[in-house]
Amino acid sequence: MRASDLLHPRPEGLYCPPGDFFIDPVRPVERALITHGHSDHARAGHRSVLATRETLAIMALRYGEGFAETTQAAKPGERVRLNGVEVSFHPAGHVLGSAQIRVEHQATRIVASGDYKRQPDATCAPFEVVPCDVFITEATFGLPVFRHPPDHHEIGLLLKSVAQFPERSHLVGAYALGKAQRVMSLLRQAGYDKPIHIHGALAKISEYYQATGIDLGELLPATVEGGGKADFAGAVVIGPPAAFSDRWARRFPDPVSCFASGWMRIRQRAKQRGVELPLIISDHSDWDELTATIRDTGASEVWVTHGREEALVRWCELEGIAARPLHLVGYEDEGD
Amino acid sequence: MNRFAELLDRLVLTPSRNGKLTLLTDYFRAVEDPDRGLALAAITGNLDIAAVKPAMLRTLVAERMDPVLFGYSYDYVGDLAETVSLVWPAPSERQDRVPPTLAGVVRQLQAASRSDGPKVLARLLDEADVSARFAIIKLVTGGLRIGVSARLAKQALADLGKVDVAEIEELWHGLTPPYADLFAWLEGRAAKPEKSARALFRPVMLANAVGDGDLEKLDPADYAAEWKWDGIRVQAVREGGVHRLYSRTGDDVSGAFPDLAEAMDFSGAIDGELLVGTPSATGSFSDLQQRLNRKTVSPKMLRDYPAFMRCYDLLQIEDEDLRGLPFHERRQRLEAFVKTLDPTRFDLSPLVAFGGWPELETVRAAPPHPIIEGVMLKRWDSPYLAGRPKGPWFKWKRDPHTVDAVLMYAQRGHGKRSSFYSDYTFGVWSGAEGAEELVPVGKAYFGFTDEELRQIDKYVRDNTIERFGPVRSVRADRNNGLVLEVAFEGLNRSTRHKSGVAMRFPRISRLRWDKPAAEADRIETLRALLDT
Repeated sequence: MRASDLLHPRPEGLYCPPGDFFIDPVRPVERALITHGHSDHARAGHRSVLATRETLAIMALRYGEGFAETTQAAKPGERVRLNGVEVSFHPAGHVLGSAQIRVEHQATRIVASGDYKRQPDATCAPFEVVPCDVFITEATFGLPVFRHPPDHHEIGLLLKSVAQFPERSHLVGAYALGKAQRVMSLLRQAGYDKPIHIHGALAKISEYYQATGIDLGELLPATVEGGGKADFAGAVVIGPPAAFSDRWARRFPDPVSCFASGWMRIRQRAKQRGVELPLIISDHSDWDELTATIRDTGASEVWVTHGREEALVRWCELEGIAARPLHLVGYEDEGD
Repeated sequence: MNRFAELLDRLVLTPSRNGKLTLLTDYFRAVEDPDRGLALAAITGNLDIAAVKPAMLRTLVAERMDPVLFGYSYDYVGDLAETVSLVWPAPSERQDRVPPTLAGVVRQLQAASRSDGPKVLARLLDEADVSARFAIIKLVTGGLRIGVSARLAKQALADLGKVDVAEIEELWHGLTPPYADLFAWLEGRAAKPEKSARALFRPVMLANAVGDGDLEKLDPADYAAEWKWDGIRVQAVREGGVHRLYSRTGDDVSGAFPDLAEAMDFSGAIDGELLVGTPSATGSFSDLQQRLNRKTVSPKMLRDYPAFMRCYDLLQIEDEDLRGLPFHERRQRLEAFVKTLDPTRFDLSPLVAFGGWPELETVRAAPPHPIIEGVMLKRWDSPYLAGRPKGPWFKWKRDPHTVDAVLMYAQRGHGKRSSFYSDYTFGVWSGAEGAEELVPVGKAYFGFTDEELRQIDKYVRDNTIERFGPVRSVRADRNNGLVLEVAFEGLNRSTRHKSGVAMRFPRISRLRWDKPAAEADRIETLRALLDT
């Protein structure tokens, strides 16, 4: 069977005709397989959803228990048959519960990676290489300029700055699901044992992370209770990036604005956002991880989606691997 | 090298002066010799390394990666040094790789001959990581552009050693990289370096602005008055055949003004104002601008916009230090001294006779030349003191110009102001009646109180029509808009701005909530100021 008959893009999302299901559809469908809980991949309103236990729990936290009529938890590596098509979920190392989805039918095997990274991350299971014929890769950071440094180096910069400017508070912008908890975990690994102050938008997800056994230490709401700005001198405050340009941020004394994101690799990006301390911490693969993963899967064909497709397609051509961009609509290529 | 690279990365994104000082002082404290001294030399523009052209960088990278992939990368990043530092393929990630030191990098670059320069650079880039590669490329392509002046670096040194920055400025030109003697003194391990070099800078004496009620307490008979010329404050020093022209912060600007520097055929130190034109036909500020911020000057430039010095004070003659003498004695010596100098390049700043403060105020309001920005008051008995002592010298500036403009764009501030829209671009009306358009004429980010800032911030948030990153475009038309009274010191012609004008020292002087946007000023009002 031709790979493009097994999976191809439709306006709703990536569709499998023989199995009659969608992967990460952006509109409500009958049956959806979801790679991970970020809102552009996991939407509410499908009739049935197949995803990992963690992804289902995260969707329930975000959308309420009734986000789908029926749900089914996929165990890592377990084979599930859907109208004769075999699928299985494998860790993608992106955020808690994130998975790649293997789709196999009549000796053709496609792996849809969802979003993934290869750097170690204590808050989720590590990426597992699944050999395949066709590998569908993301390309958020699909340019040779994106080289993420080790995350502990970046956390070192943050802690150094906290020591250098004890009278100021450090506001770390980080996406509410995944990045924020990873930053907390990294701070703990680096020996930072003071309470971490968090924006309300992070509370439920962080609690869930901790309930699954991930140690994030003491988290306090970043609210002013009786005291004043001085309460936050020397504090590390984590919140969604948008919150820091909001009036919410006024409660902090002379804040150092930090942003934990792969985009911070580009100085101009940091400048434009008014970021004083960029932290290059990404939940997506950098260029070296992307190219290494394509090689590792042994895929003879690569489909490149959301991000900078052209450079990765070019690299595949130079390596003698068939490649084409896969135009899916509705995903944020600015995530991270 | 990595610590230097990290310092550069942080400095370029740190907007506040205090933040920069902390970063610099901590670096100088933590890093050992000679690395910190070389970093200091790089930041103050005193590091001598043969320059590498951007074309050479492109060639080096083209030998190492696919040109199509490089093209995508460069298009995305937009900055060549940064792109090359990011895409440079690391040969093989060896675990035992020792990151190069700044001293090692500088030594290898300085030792490289013209022909093996590119090879040496490539080897250094191979050994470095991303940040260090960026720093190395910045060193060899010249110009760190990190928003740190030599003056700020000297202030950081002063903070490190808890000494007055004037002491460092005075020593500075006698010191050479990597400044081990300077650091030893600042850390209390050695005596202050000897002032061995010739033609050193003498820290300048500055004036305080006349405040409310100041004059009532002063006796006019105690003070001399002098025009305050709006050029560049300079110090011309010549000793033992060495001559230097300094800015008021002790930077050597001789290279930018060779015409004036070559005319320094005396032995002594003069304080004065650098102006353009000739003593008999003083040029305007626009003329002066032609000579500012230039590394090299063309013969045409020297002919059309010659520089000369209007002398204020005399600090030294031969071996005699005059700074301890009272102003009236120094003034007498200066008057005699200036007569011995080239009259096309040096003249005396005239004193302004006055009977009392009201009379001086009248004179101040109508100066005889547009490049005069007010009057100076100097106590007849004052010695020449470094810094800004309160009392002996005052500056009494002309009242600023004001214009009523409409708020057009607002940008988020930094640090304490990071959640406030605190930087304002404003415009005035232009175009025919019935088809008026706002044209931006300037940007200001101070002059208002904290309470006013809160009010403007709320106005910006409530009246946003578009956002571009940290910038908001604010509703501004004939019927809607916030009128700001903007004060400024002067106006220059500008080819860079659509309006054709650029303001000097603009600040918000009043919020005109009461004034309808349509009644704000027109561009013609500003253009009329250009011709005065």
